Amino acid sequence: MTALSRDEVEKVALLARLQLTETELDTMTVQMGQILEYVDQLAEVDTTQVEPMAHAVELWNVLATDEVLPSLPRDRALLNAPRDNGRGYLVPAVLGD
Amino acid sequence: MSLTKLSAHELKQLLETGQVSSVEVTQALLDRIRSANDSLGAFLHVDAEGTLARAADIDRRRQAGDLLGPLAGLPVAVKDVLCDQDGPTTCASQMLESFRPPYDATVVARLKEADAILIGRTNMDEFAMGGSTENSAFQVTRNPWDRSRTPGGSSGGAAACVAADMAPLSVGTDTGGSIRQPAGLCGVVGMKPTYGRVSRYGLVAFASSLDQAGPLTRTTRDAALLLETIAGHDPRDATSLDLPVPSYSRSIEQPLHGLRLGIVREHFAAGLDEQVESAVRQAVEVYRSLGATIQEISLPHSKYAVATYYVIAPSEASSNLARYDGVHYGHRTDETKLQAELRSERQQYQAAGNQRGLGQLDNSLVRMYRRSRAEGFGPEVKRRIMLGTYVLSAGYYDAYYLKALKVRRLIRQDFDAAFEKVDLIAGPVTPTAAFKLGEMVDDPLAMYLVDLYTVSANLAGLPSISLPCGFSREGLPIGLQLQAAPLQEERLLRGAHMFEQATEWHTRRPD
Repeated sequence: MTALSRDEVEKVALLARLQLTETELDTMTVQMGQILEYVDQLAEVDTTQVEPMAHAVELWNVLATDEVLPSLPRDRALLNAPRDNGRGYLVPAVLGD
Repeated sequence: MSLTKLSAHELKQLLETGQVSSVEVTQALLDRIRSANDSLGAFLHVDAEGTLARAADIDRRRQAGDLLGPLAGLPVAVKDVLCDQDGPTTCASQMLESFRPPYDATVVARLKEADAILIGRTNMDEFAMGGSTENSAFQVTRNPWDRSRTPGGSSGGAAACVAADMAPLSVGTDTGGSIRQPAGLCGVVGMKPTYGRVSRYGLVAFASSLDQAGPLTRTTRDAALLLETIAGHDPRDATSLDLPVPSYSRSIEQPLHGLRLGIVREHFAAGLDEQVESAVRQAVEVYRSLGATIQEISLPHSKYAVATYYVIAPSEASSNLARYDGVHYGHRTDETKLQAELRSERQQYQAAGNQRGLGQLDNSLVRMYRRSRAEGFGPEVKRRIMLGTYVLSAGYYDAYYLKALKVRRLIRQDFDAAFEKVDLIAGPVTPTAAFKLGEMVDDPLAMYLVDLYTVSANLAGLPSISLPCGFSREGLPIGLQLQAAPLQEERLLRGAHMFEQATEWHTRRPD
């Protein structure tokens, strides 16, 4: 695996919706590089014909009955809203930005 | 004997025979918390008034002859990662510093239905990411056996409060060892059930295929009591198992005749402290003296467990923590400053004629997400989100994430093969006893490697328990880890209880 560049780390930060300072970007590049180097050893393992296992105790098709149940009341849903108008959450406008 | 030193089982008997009231028990523990928590930092939040009111209510109902739940009047501490609508649930993060859940986690609801007294919320590594509780955004938790050392993590507060007699029972969570490792380092019992045995509804998600809540207690019998109360199917958690819960506290006294105990060749390698090795090998001899046969087994893929975990867990974390965007709850950045920052950047690009820069500039919403998250999350959380985002991104997904999921299956297959030959696997829970505060904060990878014995059980979904099996020359606890096949909690608890009955490690207390 090629070494991780600072550029790539910046791109990942955008994908992860994180704003990192210049110092943080430097440290992150070093630390992520070290960790990725460590996990690179997985490439040694022969996994031909092995199915990926995302779920430790495999269950299939766990379905709920199609019935209407009460939802969280609006006031409870807005309990922790940073900014709201009593009906919904308010965020900075983006249209025409 | 002081009420704070009694096990939950002993307290339950005193409460049920009317020899002591819940108010007396709760008050004794609150007094202990008042005197010890400042120096130990185990609790983030204690509501003394509310707790005593609830205790008084249980006493009243008991007097009136009401039918009470199995934990009636018993104080339980809860790791601050399980939603409880009666107060803040912070996950020890600034992101959720003033978050009030609109519902109870199923585990918390079951504790309340069982008439337990929820005495306080315990400190943890932020969002359960860490092995020392040093990643808490709010305070340090110290190991009750040596205050210059960590209690382990991420359920450090839950382990420390039980070890220091501040609560007879606590509930923690374990994603890569976060119950078992602090239990081992603090000299208490800590158990991670089979994946799906306990509902994750309301357990603030870190890694959805790995997280499980479980008990931390001073005795195996207490662990059994607490586990059977919180375990069971939950229709609101699609990953919870629809299977009956055995009466763990009833079967626990039956020793395992003809127990075949496996010890893993790969566990006894470089990196294992010789004092830990010695204590664990002596523990194995105790089993031999109890009639068990000991077999050396191999888990050939164990050396890849930490790498597998540190691809899968951060990947799931990056997805689970995407919800913290400052929109609906949690920390939102100051919007005035946000707009000022964007205006300033826009002006700079315009002045420099930088069209590209202007085109790529974040819109307000994206910048709100980025600033809120940068301000709300600590360094370890950011690191794991970054790692997860990277390994899931196009071009890397196959080589890292998919690959790790395949190795995960191989790790599970190793265990399946081992459990054909043995009933329980015994070994160390940590490579060393408790380490010093600050010792590993600058070396994330070194911290990750402390998890080498515990992560496999999470990857494979197996139940696993840590219990005291000795002390280092410095008087620090050493833990023994037992692992069993999925859904073999009864066998695990009976096996642990056998050892506990034959030894006295669990009776020692920090000074």
